Amino acid sequence: MNYEDYSTTGGWVAAALLIAVLAVPAVGALTVALLPARMDRGARLLATVFAAVTLVLTVLLAQPRRSDFGYFDYGTGPLALIPWAAVDVPWVPALRVDFHLGVDAISYPLVVLTGLLTVLCCAYTVWRVPEGGRGRTLAALLLVLEVGILGTFLALDLVLFFVFFEVVLLPMYAVIAGWGGPDRRRAARKFVLFTLAGSVLLLLGVFTVVVAAGTGDLMVLTGGSDLSRTVQYSAFALFAVAFAVKAPLWPLHTWLPDAHTEAPTVGSVILAGVLLKMGTYGLIRVGVGVAPLGAAWAAPVLGVLAVIAIIVGSLVCLRQTELKRLIAYSSVGHMGFVMLGIATLTVTGIQAALIGNVAHGIITGLLFFLAGAIKDRAHSGALAELGGLRETAPRLAGVLAFAAIASLGLPGLAGFWGEAFAVVAAVQRGGPLWMTLAVLAAVGGALTAAYFLRLLRRVTHGPATSAVTGFAGVTRPEWLAWSPLILLALVVGLMPALVLAATSGPGAALTGVLP
Amino acid sequence: MIQSVDHFALLPLYAAGGTALLVLVLELAFGKWVVPAGIVGGLATIGAAVALSLDSASTFCGPANCSWVATQQAAVMAVLFAALTIGVLALSVPALRLGIAPAGEFCFLLTSSMAGGVVVAYAGDLITLIVGLETLTLPLYVLVGLRRFAPRERVTTTGASAAVTFFLVSVVSTALALLGAALLYASTGALYLAALSGGEGPFAALGAVGAALLVIGFAFKVAAVPLHAWAPATYDGAPIPVAAYLSTASKLGGVIALAAVVQRLDTGPLVAVLAVLTMTVGNLVALRQTRMTRLLAWSSVAQAGYILAALAVGAAGVRAAMAYAVFFVLLEFLAFGVVVALRGPGGDGGDLADYRSAGRHHPWLGAALVLAFSGLAGLPPGLAGLFAKVTVVAALIDSGWGWLAGVVALNAVIALAYYVRVAASLYVPVQPDAVPEVVHVAAPEPEHTAEPGAVATVADPDLLRAATRTRVDVPRPVGAAIAVAALLTVILGFAPQWIFDALS
Repeated sequence: MNYEDYSTTGGWVAAALLIAVLAVPAVGALTVALLPARMDRGARLLATVFAAVTLVLTVLLAQPRRSDFGYFDYGTGPLALIPWAAVDVPWVPALRVDFHLGVDAISYPLVVLTGLLTVLCCAYTVWRVPEGGRGRTLAALLLVLEVGILGTFLALDLVLFFVFFEVVLLPMYAVIAGWGGPDRRRAARKFVLFTLAGSVLLLLGVFTVVVAAGTGDLMVLTGGSDLSRTVQYSAFALFAVAFAVKAPLWPLHTWLPDAHTEAPTVGSVILAGVLLKMGTYGLIRVGVGVAPLGAAWAAPVLGVLAVIAIIVGSLVCLRQTELKRLIAYSSVGHMGFVMLGIATLTVTGIQAALIGNVAHGIITGLLFFLAGAIKDRAHSGALAELGGLRETAPRLAGVLAFAAIASLGLPGLAGFWGEAFAVVAAVQRGGPLWMTLAVLAAVGGALTAAYFLRLLRRVTHGPATSAVTGFAGVTRPEWLAWSPLILLALVVGLMPALVLAATSGPGAALTGVLP
Repeated sequence: MIQSVDHFALLPLYAAGGTALLVLVLELAFGKWVVPAGIVGGLATIGAAVALSLDSASTFCGPANCSWVATQQAAVMAVLFAALTIGVLALSVPALRLGIAPAGEFCFLLTSSMAGGVVVAYAGDLITLIVGLETLTLPLYVLVGLRRFAPRERVTTTGASAAVTFFLVSVVSTALALLGAALLYASTGALYLAALSGGEGPFAALGAVGAALLVIGFAFKVAAVPLHAWAPATYDGAPIPVAAYLSTASKLGGVIALAAVVQRLDTGPLVAVLAVLTMTVGNLVALRQTRMTRLLAWSSVAQAGYILAALAVGAAGVRAAMAYAVFFVLLEFLAFGVVVALRGPGGDGGDLADYRSAGRHHPWLGAALVLAFSGLAGLPPGLAGLFAKVTVVAALIDSGWGWLAGVVALNAVIALAYYVRVAASLYVPVQPDAVPEVVHVAAPEPEHTAEPGAVATVADPDLLRAATRTRVDVPRPVGAAIAVAALLTVILGFAPQWIFDALS
């Protein structure tokens, strides 16, 4: 089948949009970094403007869908992956790398989420720069991170995907090591070494596939049509470990709590909000997409590990005494639900993973903003010292309660759908193994509720401690950063179709080829 | 027999050799203009190599093969040798101006070495190759130890001992390579590279020994483990620009020689063992280094391991190895250039602790060093280095050497640990112990710094920074060399295909 016929799906407008989505933040990062020191605040404002333009562009990416919607039979059978918009330019023919970008229902919500969180974080740096370095450098690094993350979500070429996957590594290291807490150097080093170990495995996996298939084009590769069983098994094993480090999946999660505890607020928000999603998105798009036989082969292992992650994450959270560490470990549990959804390899499971990704990005982003606000005021993250927040800062305590309840998966808020449907998908899958996993995951969900309620009891209730007295009220920039996330947690909770619209097609296409 | 000599094919050699002679004559007759002459000569060599690549020719031909073969790859390598010579000359200008090394001799030796490099690039038989390699290395023995001391300066012998170490090891390696060539000739009667083969029947064993000796002899030049012991001591004792030349041009010569041999002879297992040892030992030892030049030396040992890994595949890996070598010498030169700029003329590499906060004092130099280190680690923003690693891994997997690709990948993780440590130390905040004690007491508590209005302190932080800042002015030639190298790194990072096209 000749896929080059529609290599400019969506027309030149779509192509220009896709390139602009990456070019605008890249140019922004360069400009901001090169501005002189006396314009530091101006530079941060400029970074916010660049990020805002990028957000508008990412939202506009849905536009080409209208003109080119639906599934077409291109004569020799439908493709498993049909982007709304795509652009395909050869880059390094010697390595079979094409600059092939595209967006579809699976990547679109994550792309917009990335745009949104970057704007919020850049705006947050205008208001407050964490100690350690220059504000404009931090803003520039945030924009570089955005390029890397957006590129990963948009890439439709395996090698290009890998290149963008690597782009985020050093900037995130710099953000943690430059602007983080007291133990930042060690945490940053652990982060960078763990994730590099993951991405070199990705490199091996990518070339295992590219060499066997002779192409890195995901539109051709999705469905794993021509790859032999052995290649798919080894490729999926490499992909799974690589993405499990990034996601992170137990037992490869140990870098995450350290990185989150030490990272500055904006670093934590980006890290939890979208950086982790590169792992789960990669597992869906690359792992399941390119090596479906391997995915089917490894699914039970993934499912078991995911449920262990849920249980372990919740249990650790129950004993956690530090606010940011607790939220970090809760991420391990939530990403476990996402992983469980993927491991079921059903349409429901994939959809649960997609909405779980987005919901976790929104809610945990909000939680880290709140944790940052509390730590900035109290100069401590120890739960024991934070009692009685409701007395001294009722609004802050209220928003924290909202975010915690959203995160524990109350129906009607965003966190519910991902967790509930991951369990439903496991039940649908049937069989003793998956039923057990479903039951255990449901128990894990109950534990999630337990530790978030414990968090609320510790932090907001009780007599006010000395650390929380004299709290400054919630400032306008903080409201500005939080309110979109609060709103989205509600909206996604009430209308999951906003995220899931049109995902059943690609989901079915991904899982349909499974044996 | 009278051979017809195609002088056009020899143009790069004439340009390079002519440059050396010109520098010698200028020094004897006028005692000045030697550096400009060397740089112009280098540019002429580049021009000649490019011209020859447009209309390639071979000369010194026997019935079937030629001793001087002008290929695309040879042109790229000749250009690289000349460019590195120009770059090292530029880096040496401040030291030569101060008379730390005699300018005339320094330039003559360096340009002679360039001529040797050009011969290596175009060599078509083993003898030409080894003679070229020796011409490339011989001047370096002197350059390593070439240092004048000011009347009251303490005379050190580190340079001299480094030179002697280098000389002894190198002579032994040349002897081994020559013995290998002789054994190969005895078993197959072939000296032309294109005709090399392992030997047949009763001579097969002899041929295999010859091939192994050749590989071992050349492995000395690229400082492959276990034949690497000379490299750290020599790099550390040599002036930094010379160490830059040693770890780029001299290593490149070894790589070309190895590539010429391994693509025709069956030496895969030997080279694979060398590769695994080289990258693993290089990276592990580099983790523990506390001196900058030694760290760069060990890291360049490890980098040679990645090149060897590609060469272990044989002919299929040569292009990947060459591409890696091109990207590597560029990044390595950039790193050494920044070290020269930060340490000033005549300085040694110093301890890693001396580089603390250097990136905050010199943002551009810091950025260049981060670019170089990220490239050597194979990560963006050093995209050139990323593609270099990707090329090697792709070539290995393509040829069914997946396990070696795994070793390369594992080593990339180990290597990142020290690159990131050094790069991060460039940006640590200025140390409080550099601040006078009185000011330290008056310095604001951390909690107050968030509210600039509330800070009551005797010391203006900017003034304080200006007073404690150890700024060095970067001489213009050094700055230009770094800028060009950094620009090339960035451009090639986005357009690596140019290198692949040029090498094929």
